[in-house]
Amino acid sequence: MLNQKPAVRLENPAKTNDVSPPSPVQNREFDSKTVGCVTVDKPIMTTRNVDVYYGGKQAIINVSIDIAYNEVLSMIGPSGCGKSTFLRCLNRMNDTIESAHVTGKIELEGHDIYDKKTDVVTLRARVGMVFQKPNPFPKSVYENVAYGPRIHGLARNHTELDEIVQTSLLRAGLWDEVKDRLSQPGTGLSGGQQQRLCIARCIAVNPDVILMDEPCSALDPIATARIEELMDELRQNYSIVIVTHSMQQAARVSQRTAYFHLGDLIEVGETSNIFTNPQDKLTEDYLTGRFG
Amino acid sequence: MIIRGHGRLQISRFHQYYSIVSTPLLIAVLLLLTAAAFELGRRRALQVAGSEFRTLHSLPRYYGSFTALWCALPAMLLLGTWLAFEDKIITSLVVADLPATYQALSESKLNLIINDLRNQLSGNVVSQELNPAMQAAVDHYGSLRATSNAALAVVFLSVAMLGMGMAWRKIAPNFWARNRVEAIIKLLLIICSTLAIFTTIGIVLSVLFESIRFFQAVPIFDFLFGLEWSPQTAIREDQVGSSGAFGAVPLFAGTLLISVIAMLVAAPIGLTSAIYLSEYSHPRFRAIAKPLLEILAGIPTVVYGFFAALTVAPLLRDMGTNFGLDVSSESALAAGLVMGIMIIPFVSSISDDVINAVPQSLRDGSLALGSTRSEMIRKVVLPAALPGIVSGMLLAISRAIGETMIVVMAAGLAANLTVNPLEAVTTVTVQIVTLLVGDQEFDSPKTLAAFALGLMLFLVTLALNVVALYVVRKYREQYE
Ligand SMILES: Nc1ncnc2c1ncn2[C@@H]1O[C@H](COP(=O)(O)OP(=O)(O)OP(=O)(O)O)[C@@H](O)[C@H]1O
Ligand SMILES: [Mg+2]
Repeated sequence: MLNQKPAVRLENPAKTNDVSPPSPVQNREFDSKTVGCVTVDKPIMTTRNVDVYYGGKQAIINVSIDIAYNEVLSMIGPSGCGKSTFLRCLNRMNDTIESAHVTGKIELEGHDIYDKKTDVVTLRARVGMVFQKPNPFPKSVYENVAYGPRIHGLARNHTELDEIVQTSLLRAGLWDEVKDRLSQPGTGLSGGQQQRLCIARCIAVNPDVILMDEPCSALDPIATARIEELMDELRQNYSIVIVTHSMQQAARVSQRTAYFHLGDLIEVGETSNIFTNPQDKLTEDYLTGRFG
Repeated sequence: MIIRGHGRLQISRFHQYYSIVSTPLLIAVLLLLTAAAFELGRRRALQVAGSEFRTLHSLPRYYGSFTALWCALPAMLLLGTWLAFEDKIITSLVVADLPATYQALSESKLNLIINDLRNQLSGNVVSQELNPAMQAAVDHYGSLRATSNAALAVVFLSVAMLGMGMAWRKIAPNFWARNRVEAIIKLLLIICSTLAIFTTIGIVLSVLFESIRFFQAVPIFDFLFGLEWSPQTAIREDQVGSSGAFGAVPLFAGTLLISVIAMLVAAPIGLTSAIYLSEYSHPRFRAIAKPLLEILAGIPTVVYGFFAALTVAPLLRDMGTNFGLDVSSESALAAGLVMGIMIIPFVSSISDDVINAVPQSLRDGSLALGSTRSEMIRKVVLPAALPGIVSGMLLAISRAIGETMIVVMAAGLAANLTVNPLEAVTTVTVQIVTLLVGDQEFDSPKTLAAFALGLMLFLVTLALNVVALYVVRKYREQYE
């Protein structure tokens, strides 16, 4: 399935509107020192014993964690602890870095994404990514959103493409602001609008998982609130992994939170628990501001 | 120097006197003075400030620089103007003193005589013995020069001292030396940068005036739209020869043909190698391949020329024979192919730069949407880099249009009006060369035609460059 174009979304049993937090599983069949609920009942993605090296330097040390359907998982931790590196493993964007080397097992719905038979193009269509800095293409708003559907052949004709563009912009909460300027360059929008355009561009290819690397760090509080709202809506249909430096943001948007420290995944827990009752000393120090 | 007779003796004395205060000597003295001025200015600043040296507005070395600049600049300015006008003034004084018979001579003859005078003065051998009138003129010339020289030395050094003294007197703790020095330096920078502009303007004007003279002889319409080019005009009255035809169309057609062939070679190869180097190749390969490619631009064009004439042209001829085609030994194709190779680095280097300037974030954005590398390149990188690539191509074209050596050697001299690349053609630059080599009178239409061609060529490449610059600027705006 990994090698098919995601023309039609497969309905998943777990993809209902029931978004109750996934239940943690405590007993593990793999070697991991991470505290808390690393695994979930029905994961969409699983990572097991992932190590990442940049040249000879190890940036991620034995990280194992599951990502559930319809959840927002936030990843926090001091700067340089490897959050972005780990996030980029999930859609193999690390492939673009010459020196990066990934070991361990990462699966998307049971298929190893680092397997030789996995087509990285299809993988990235299913695991989309929104970057820290908005990076719209120097094309029109319409072309920005239509870019993905075009290269994956998701629309048979112009009407279908128009429809995809419109629904994506609607879902990203940008439609009302840009419906009269679809033919103007996407680079001419405000920073917050650009970031929502990038989200629209990402959901236009109908991914299963959306990875977001500090998507709000360049935005003002109002644009941030708008995108946080959006994430909550998107959770109905997608799984979202978000890296953030704002603990308030993690607390607001996510169901589970993972704490990274110098390449180790220290603790994973339900967001409400981890912020009120961290199990690990390192997590507690970070959350109470004694570190980082 | 052999000294024969009274006149020579005198002259050589003038000559020796002249060389004692030669310009290099004056400049050397000025340099010493300037160094002294710097030190004096610095000391003076420290001295007037006394123990309160922190109250000085500027650092002591700025007071030194200020004094030094005031010592050197006015004196240099004086020297420049003096040397520029000295000769003209002296010559006109000498000519005014010549007997009336000489003054009635035509301008060119008079120039010859003045040249003789100068040669005499610097001790060169002159063809004929001098008559008394000429001898007097030589003496007059020599004494004027000696006077002028002595005067220059005196005025020059006093201006330097005066400038230094005035600046020195101005030094006080609250004197803003730093700002003055900065202002003078800025002025110098402005002068240097405008120098290039004025040189260009000068070149254009001189070409323009000669062209106007040409267009007085040959109607501009005939030149621009005439289909025949055979610039042989009768040089002597009695010579049998054609009156010359100055239709530039075959030349521009030839230039165009060769440039098109060159771009057909350079554009695809240059662009694809740029894409490979910047997007696919291993950094280590790129580090070696890119400089190697750029070496192509460093090969002298004359080497390309004989490569085209001795290797490529015969090869094409043989291949043509195999296919039953008639390829002339000098063909537009041979010249165009080799010229294309020559301008590959222009296309590839500039394209590589602009492709690299496309932000990595755009590439990541495309890849993260599940595009392949080639989709990313075709749909995001190239469109974003396109204006820069286009301007690189335009620069390469203007290089191709102006290229001469390869065409002289490989494309021939025959002004054929043809689009067949297998025939010999000629280009604007080649014709300019052939018009101007050899013994020529510089006011016949034949030689003046070279200036008209040069002017046209200049206008075309100027237009290309302006378009290229405009496109590049547009492109910059997109990312800032
Ligand atoms: N391209 C690279 N080459 C070599 N080392 C890298 C590279 N990218 C990241 N690293 C190193 O890997 C470690 C983890 O970096 P990463 O960017 O994942 O941190 P991060 O948690 O995202 O930090 P931040 O919060 O500042 O974004 C750091 O020590 C970093 O220096
Ligand atoms: Mg990061």
